[in-house]
Amino acid sequence: MQPFIRHTGIAAPLIKDDINTDQIAPILHSRGLKEDYRAMLFHRARRREDGSEDSDFVLNMPQFRNAGILVTGENFGAGSSRESAVWSMLANGIRVIVAKSFADIYRENCLQNGLLPVVLGAATCEQFIARVVAADGQASFTVDLVTQRISGPGGPDLAFEIPAADRTRLIEGLDDIGLTLKHVDEIASWEARAQTVQPWLQSARDSR
Amino acid sequence: MMQQTLFDKIWGFHRVARRADGRDLIYIDRHVLHELHAHHAFAQLQKQGRPVRRADLTFAVQDHTVASKLGRDDNTNPSGSAFIKAMREGCRINHIRLFDVDDPEQGISHVVAPELGIVLPGATHAVPDSHASTVGGVGALAFGCGTSELAHILASQVMALKRPKNMRVQLDGRLAVGVSAKDAALRVIAEIGVAGARGHVVEYAGAAVRAMPIEQRMTLCNLNIEMGGRSGFVAPDDGTFEWLARRPFVPQGAEWDRALRYWRTLTSDENAGFDREVRLDCTTLEPQITWGTDPSQVVGISGSVPDPAALEPGRRAAAASAFGYMDLAPGTPLLGLPIDRVFIGSCTNSRLPDLQVAADVVRGRHVAEGVIAMVVPGSSSVKREAEAAGLDRVFRAAGFFWGESGCSMCAGGNGDRGRPGERCVSTTNRNFENRQGPKVRTHLASPATAAASAIAGRIADARHLAPGTA
Repeated sequence: MQPFIRHTGIAAPLIKDDINTDQIAPILHSRGLKEDYRAMLFHRARRREDGSEDSDFVLNMPQFRNAGILVTGENFGAGSSRESAVWSMLANGIRVIVAKSFADIYRENCLQNGLLPVVLGAATCEQFIARVVAADGQASFTVDLVTQRISGPGGPDLAFEIPAADRTRLIEGLDDIGLTLKHVDEIASWEARAQTVQPWLQSARDSR
Repeated sequence: MMQQTLFDKIWGFHRVARRADGRDLIYIDRHVLHELHAHHAFAQLQKQGRPVRRADLTFAVQDHTVASKLGRDDNTNPSGSAFIKAMREGCRINHIRLFDVDDPEQGISHVVAPELGIVLPGATHAVPDSHASTVGGVGALAFGCGTSELAHILASQVMALKRPKNMRVQLDGRLAVGVSAKDAALRVIAEIGVAGARGHVVEYAGAAVRAMPIEQRMTLCNLNIEMGGRSGFVAPDDGTFEWLARRPFVPQGAEWDRALRYWRTLTSDENAGFDREVRLDCTTLEPQITWGTDPSQVVGISGSVPDPAALEPGRRAAAASAFGYMDLAPGTPLLGLPIDRVFIGSCTNSRLPDLQVAADVVRGRHVAEGVIAMVVPGSSSVKREAEAAGLDRVFRAAGFFWGESGCSMCAGGNGDRGRPGERCVSTTNRNFENRQGPKVRTHLASPATAAASAIAGRIADARHLAPGTA
């Protein structure tokens, strides 16, 4: 996984609650194994009915085209567990999502891929949104995971909380499966114990 | 000893270790893949040189992209064939039991796993799909996951999870005739919102839940993610054990008896504490239907599209944006709204009793002119049983399309989609914008409501449908 230490970039405001993964990465009619994640991101929201680009959508505006930070509302990433909703962010150079809250599975998918999910309390988030809107893509913000601070135009640094373990994993770009496989002996002994206590859990055979 | 919830007990039993980063490693007893995620995970493991740890506890089902047209094959839905073939190849190499496109037991993973007895009470289960907790209806603890987590489970047979909190949703009283688990679930989501259960595992309890057949409990648990829940289940009881007995993958003979003794201990302790409790009296509940573009935008079927001023402040912006998409104005009654399409199916409502309820509404009647109506059974086994009971003939005589099993029009991944601007009554789980096709307006409802609406050509209450002709 690519580590996340800090990111400096343009912040784009997408101010809406409950943005779901169907919106972030819609299932398109024609698809194959090698999908174009860059084109997938907000595919429908970015286009008008005739297929042309909707210049009113924030990520289509010239000042936000290269945004690396997305700022949004409550419950971001609700719905389907599709990881393409994270891959499509990264494919567009977005490395940080700042939200009031995230849907559980989406947040996990972010952590698996080095996309930093930052949660700000509602009041702080509103302040940050106001600064992002005021900056209007003309100046960059820096999100620093080491110091757990967001800095940029329009006000003092904002501190954010993140569980220490998630922070370490992101900073060091740790291989999640590798971390778990350090416990392979405990997994084997759990299996042996389950075999004696609930043996039916350790076998899934067709009895026919 | 401290009083424990059933979730605490299942979590405690399955906790293998605490990882250095503070996450619990939770053993996954049964793991089911589907074709949209599988090839990415297989490719990742191959690249890392990691084997599948427990292929014998892993299953795969082709469900999201398979066409529903009778006589389908790999290529009937061209945009699915690469996924179908890649999962088939991955399963062959890794010795994973695959329920392939033409397997007599193929279907939607959340329907297939319980009906074959692959999931069991008190067992943990994972699927790379947010509706994994459907199998909570038999008392299993199930987690939806993404693709990276899927690869993690294949390599280790555990998930690295932060412990969720405990929540209980207590459904009191008894559901009236014609009112189902779907209606109760939609009402709960309406009450607590689309993030109301975030971070929690929900135990569904109460007299109304106890009275539900197992298939209804699965519908209830299926919709748990629509209020953001991490997982959801119903504690198993005699009804569960009877339902599971003699299914092909459950323990047999003396081992069944031993399992049964264990399963009877799977209850929350009487004074166990829950971090959050929600109660709903079901006695006066009427059929429910969504009017908007998220599953919390729900009204009773006799109700009207709400006035935003009457909503909680936090819900007004979402409502305002839904009016335009749904082409509805505040105050419009739901009953009588003309519709173009009906879909009966999906992991929410595609089991045999769901189809029976719909067939009972449809029998002797005909789909209204201009309405396209589809029934897609949840599994090939459900389809076979429905055909043995003559339900396919009831639906076809009434003008319904009768299809091969799969996820179909729930997310449209198999090409089954509505046309722009169509209004669709659907027994699925998400009324998100563009989900059932670009600009399609989805109203989520029960199988009875969907069937009645197909007949009337308008949103209709099955309890008050005009008499049929036959």
